[in-house]
Amino acid sequence: MLDVARIRKDFPILDRMVYGKPLVYLDNAATSQKPRQVIDALVRYYETYNANIHRAVHCLGEEATAAYEEARARVAAFINAPSPECIVFTRNTTEAINLVAYTWGRANVSEGDEILLTEMEHHSNLIPWQRLAQDKGATVRYIGLRDDQTLDLNGLENVFDARTKMMAMPHVSNSMGTINPVEKLAGEARRHGVMSLVDGAQAAPHMKVDVQAINCDFYAFSAHKMLGPTGVGVLYARRELLEEMEPFLGGGEMIRKVTFEGATWNDIPWKFEAGTPNIADVIAFGAAIDYLNEIGMDEVRAHEMEITEYALQQLGKLDDIILYGPRDSQQRGGVVSFNVADLHPHDIGTVLDRHGVAIRAGHHCTQPLMRRLGVSGTARASFYIYNTPQEVDVLVEAVKAARKFFRNDTA
Amino acid sequence: MTADDPGRRADYARQEAELDELYRDIILDHYRHPRRKGRLAAPTATHEGLNPLCGDEVTIEVIVRDGRIQDIAYMGSGCSISQSSASMMTEAVHGKPVAEVRGLIADFTAMMRGSDDIDPESLGDLEALGGVRKFPVRVKCATLAWHTLDEALAEPK
Repeated sequence: MLDVARIRKDFPILDRMVYGKPLVYLDNAATSQKPRQVIDALVRYYETYNANIHRAVHCLGEEATAAYEEARARVAAFINAPSPECIVFTRNTTEAINLVAYTWGRANVSEGDEILLTEMEHHSNLIPWQRLAQDKGATVRYIGLRDDQTLDLNGLENVFDARTKMMAMPHVSNSMGTINPVEKLAGEARRHGVMSLVDGAQAAPHMKVDVQAINCDFYAFSAHKMLGPTGVGVLYARRELLEEMEPFLGGGEMIRKVTFEGATWNDIPWKFEAGTPNIADVIAFGAAIDYLNEIGMDEVRAHEMEITEYALQQLGKLDDIILYGPRDSQQRGGVVSFNVADLHPHDIGTVLDRHGVAIRAGHHCTQPLMRRLGVSGTARASFYIYNTPQEVDVLVEAVKAARKFFRNDTA
Repeated sequence: MTADDPGRRADYARQEAELDELYRDIILDHYRHPRRKGRLAAPTATHEGLNPLCGDEVTIEVIVRDGRIQDIAYMGSGCSISQSSASMMTEAVHGKPVAEVRGLIADFTAMMRGSDDIDPESLGDLEALGGVRKFPVRVKCATLAWHTLDEALAEPK
C-alpha cells in the first residue's frame, strides 16, 4: 500500500487552493505534478554545477556530464533497456516518434508500403506517420476497436501484408485508458518482419515497463508525465537500429569529425542529440525516476488500479453517465473518460474547475477516435500516486453539481 | 479552513455567482431551445468554423439579398457557450443590413476582448455573453459563430 499522505507532503503544489477550494488535481495524463526532490535537483544543478556537457575540461562540466549520463543510465535501467546507449533524449514523446518517422521511416518506407496504426492513436503517433506516408506514397491502415474500446485483434495474423513496414501503437490509450497487449502485438509484428514502435507516454509513468520483454524496436515516453520536468522525452531503440539510422538533426555534439566538405557522426546515442541538450531537466528526470523506484512501480500500479476501480464504481452510480474504456481494471490504466447526459465536456470541466477539480475536457488529441465513438469529446479524470479516494468523492460531488446546475435551467 | 467557516461560505457564494454569470439564464435558454438551428434551402453563402482546441463546430448559412441578411441558420455541435452564442447571434442579425451586422460583429468581439470602447448594454441580450470574459479559455467558444459569420459575409457571391 502506498503511504499517500506521506507522498502528498512531497508535492508543494498540492497545498494550494483553487477558487477557495483545495486543489484536486486529476489531469495527470496531461502532465503530473513534481515532488520537492525533482525541483531540488533542478535548483541544485543551477546553483552548484551548471555547465555545458561533454566538452568542458573543467570541474563543473565534468560534474554536469556525469549527472546527465547517470540520468541516462537510470532511464535505461527503469525500462530494462540493455544499455544506456539505447536511450536517446528528445524534447518529448512527440519528438521521439518524429525522430523515428524522419530517420528510420524515410530510409525504409517507400511507395506502396504500409504503416499499421490503431484507431486509438494520440495525434503524436498519427501525424508523423501520415506525413511520412504522404511524402512516400505509402498508406496508413488502422486496427479497429471493439465496443469496450479495446483493440479488435481478431485475425491479427492477417493484418500484416508483404508491404507492411511498421506497426505503431499506444501502450496505454490516453483517452480511454485501455492497456494494449503490446508484447503480443510487437511479437506478431516481428514474426512478420515488421518493425514496431510503442508510444509509452501513458504507460511508463504508471507501470513496470520492460522493453526487452515487450521486444519492440522503439519505445517512446515523456518525463513530465512521470514527476519529471517538461522538455524531456525518451526514445528507446534497439542498438543496431540506432547504429544504422541517419541522424535526425545536425549540429554540435552529434558529429565526430567535421571538414568543409562533410562530416562523420558521433557514436550512439549522441549522434541523435544535436546541440546543447536539456541538461538540467534530464538530470532532474533522474531524480524523478529515483522517486518512482523508491515507491516501486508495482505499488504505483496497484494504487492506481484501486483508485480507478473506486472512481468507476462511484461515477457509475450516477444516472445519465457514460463511461468509456474497459471495465476490468487489469485492462486499463488510471484514466476514466466519461460524458454526462447531453452536457458538453467543457461545460462539465468549467463547473468542476470552480470546485477545485482539474480534469481534461475535449478530444484529448485523439480526434479520429472521438469521431469513431460518435462524441465531440469526453471529460477525463486521470490519477497518480498522490490521488486519494476522498478526491474521487469530491469529483463525484462536483459532477453532480454540474448536472444539477444545468438541469435546473432546463424548464 | 472548514466547510462551515465564513471565508469558505463566501468562496462558495462567489463561485456560484461567477458560474451564474457565465451561464446566464438567457444563455442556457438558447442552449436548450436553439433558435434558427437548421439549414437553408438556398444559402448565398455558407461557412464552417472550427475551434480546434475544444472541437466546437459551427456552420453558418446566410441568404444575403439587397445588402441585407434575409435569412440565416446555423448547424453545429459544441459546448453551451458556443452553441448559444450562435443561436443568439442568428436572432440578433436576422433581417439586418450587412453593414450594420459587420458593426455588430466588431462590437461583440470587442466586448469579448474586454475593450472599454463598448457599452455592453448597447448589445441587448448579447450582453449576457460578456460574463464569459471571466473564463478566458471559453472566450473562443463565444466568438466562434461571430468569426464564422464574418467569414461567410466575406465570401464572394
